[in-house]
Amino acid sequence: MLAPTVRDGIERQLADLRKRRIHVDPQDILEVVESVMGSLHGDSSGVNSKLHADIEALADYISTVKAEIAEIRADKINAEYVPTASDELSAIVGATEQATNSIFEAVELIEGLSQEMAPDMADQVTTAVTGIYEACSFQDITGQRISKVVKALQSIEEKVQDLLVAFGEDAGEARRDRAKEPEAVSAKPDDKSLMNGPQLPDNANSQADIDALLASFD
Amino acid sequence: MAAVDMNMQILIVDDYKTMLRIIRNLLKQLGFNNVDEAMDGSAALQKLRDKEFNLVISDWNMEPMSGLQLLKEVRADVKLKETPFIMITAESKSENVIAAKEAGVSNYIVKPFNAATLKGKLASVLGNF
Repeated sequence: MLAPTVRDGIERQLADLRKRRIHVDPQDILEVVESVMGSLHGDSSGVNSKLHADIEALADYISTVKAEIAEIRADKINAEYVPTASDELSAIVGATEQATNSIFEAVELIEGLSQEMAPDMADQVTTAVTGIYEACSFQDITGQRISKVVKALQSIEEKVQDLLVAFGEDAGEARRDRAKEPEAVSAKPDDKSLMNGPQLPDNANSQADIDALLASFD
Repeated sequence: MAAVDMNMQILIVDDYKTMLRIIRNLLKQLGFNNVDEAMDGSAALQKLRDKEFNLVISDWNMEPMSGLQLLKEVRADVKLKETPFIMITAESKSENVIAAKEAGVSNYIVKPFNAATLKGKLASVLGNF
């Protein structure tokens, strides 16, 4: 058994870990610590120095992981990449729905006109129209698939958030350090930075906005 | 089996407007013109309780009430329990089909589907038309 003071200290640390939402069963940690401490009773300086080396290696490993987390800018994944990806995917669903509705409008018109055609021709048109209706179910299927991807992204976002909470302080410092680094600034955006693909509908300029902007140069 | 009443009231349920439109148009091609729509199970249940329908064609994946929940509600309601119920869904796992069957589904169509499949399933539930 551990001495009460050591045990109290460990329990305080475990309580702190709980507050930081690290999902490790404290009982598991306690058992490992007790097992390690128990092994010291029998002594030997060899065990002691091996334990010391192992703990040091573990500390180094944790430091490396923290540095790597800071390096990959995990905060940016949650703050920027995941929400952007989710918005883009939702926009795809919206755009395909809009396009499908346009197809429907045209096809329903053709189907209506087929009643004025000769029977043979009307049959052929109806068959073609039916094929288009069937094909348009892609919108429902792709929409459902994209919804699954969005859910997967949200799950990743939660995991990354847990990781940030667990290693938060150091990663935060690394972020602050990076923030101090001067960004490469150029007077005009380069070609690469201008290639962002279509904007999301809420942020996009309409043709009228663009026309007005062009006119402002006159 | 008695002749199919082509004026029967049909309720189609799906959370995708596109799919509602596809089913409505295909039903129209088959000669069924009295078609109403709902976008989830609870809205459908309300319509079923407000008005008499002769057939329900429902998607599975919807919120807040899924197609399976709707089916169970229908089968548990004394007034609605005999209403034919066809599930049209992308859920194609055996366990889904079994669950729907156990809940009392009349027939099951997997998306994407074609007009011939829809016609065949309608005939199997309603009789040839």
